[in-house]
Amino acid sequence: MLFSSIAGSLILKRAERALVEASPHIPLGDEGPVFREPWEAQAFAMAVALHENGLFNWSEWAKTLGSVIAEDTKCSAGQDYYRLWLAALERIVAEKQVIGDEELHIRQHEWEEAAARTPHGMPIEL
Amino acid sequence: MAHDNHDDHGHEHGHDHGEMSHLDAMEVRVRALQSLLVEKGYVDPKALDLIVETYETRIGPRNGAQVVARAWSDEAFMARLREDATAAIGELGFSGRQGEHMHIVENSPDTHNMVVCTLCSCYPWPVLGLPPVWYKSAPYRSRAVSEPRAVLGEFGVELPSTTRIRVWDSTAELRYLVIPMRPAGTEGWSEEKLARLVTRDSMIGTGLALDPAGLDA
Repeated sequence: MLFSSIAGSLILKRAERALVEASPHIPLGDEGPVFREPWEAQAFAMAVALHENGLFNWSEWAKTLGSVIAEDTKCSAGQDYYRLWLAALERIVAEKQVIGDEELHIRQHEWEEAAARTPHGMPIEL
Repeated sequence: MAHDNHDDHGHEHGHDHGEMSHLDAMEVRVRALQSLLVEKGYVDPKALDLIVETYETRIGPRNGAQVVARAWSDEAFMARLREDATAAIGELGFSGRQGEHMHIVENSPDTHNMVVCTLCSCYPWPVLGLPPVWYKSAPYRSRAVSEPRAVLGEFGVELPSTTRIRVWDSTAELRYLVIPMRPAGTEGWSEEKLARLVTRDSMIGTGLALDPAGLDA
């Protein structure tokens, strides 16, 4: 399985380095990327996995994320980095015609509805 | 809810109150994107879990270690933690949605506490850090309740047979922070240095605080 062996963790280490280089202003701690909330790490992991599966190369990622950051009028890259990161992921999968806007919006509503019908304390599932 | 260390299989993880879950806007967007990518075969959920697991110690502020270090150092703070843990933790500037409804349980030579969780979105990750991936497995939860000593043994934690093991269900209304025993040989240590001995696992009771000898100066 991907990343599960020692060789896999070296692949991840290399992917992490490449991703950090391709991602302007990414928040870093002593050991590499740091995340304020769990969803930020999930968004990071999606970029690693999509690259690993060949959906985009690092220069495409750098270009997309760079444009999202440049277009962000609130200049929130320091504050709210992974919100922009997620927007870049959404844009790149739309550009690659993997997931369309409408499909994404429908699915977002489905998750909101799933949360609303799930008693607090139970796992939220579609 | 607490389970003493005896057979207690009639155990339910559900909640019988009417409150429903909520996902914030970013969580919704992440789940939507991820679930579509998984369905279309662009990402493998197990690979995503493994990547996130690699970063699990770098997620969230992990405030709990500072709380434990303060509790070890300041008897008055410890008393306030016992009284109202949410408020006492708030004194350190840590608050917010997932930091509410905190309750502490203290380890001693007589009692070791271990926490299991339904792993809803209300897991107090700002305090405890991200839960380990195995924490969400049903077998872990049921075995932690039915044979906690064996489960602890698998984590390399051997306790004297005279130490009672209590297992606590973390829920949306009651989220537990284990205060591990302060290791011997740490007299006079600063809170900052003490906090380095407090691991995520020690705060959910699947580990002990680190041995100070293992910490480089």
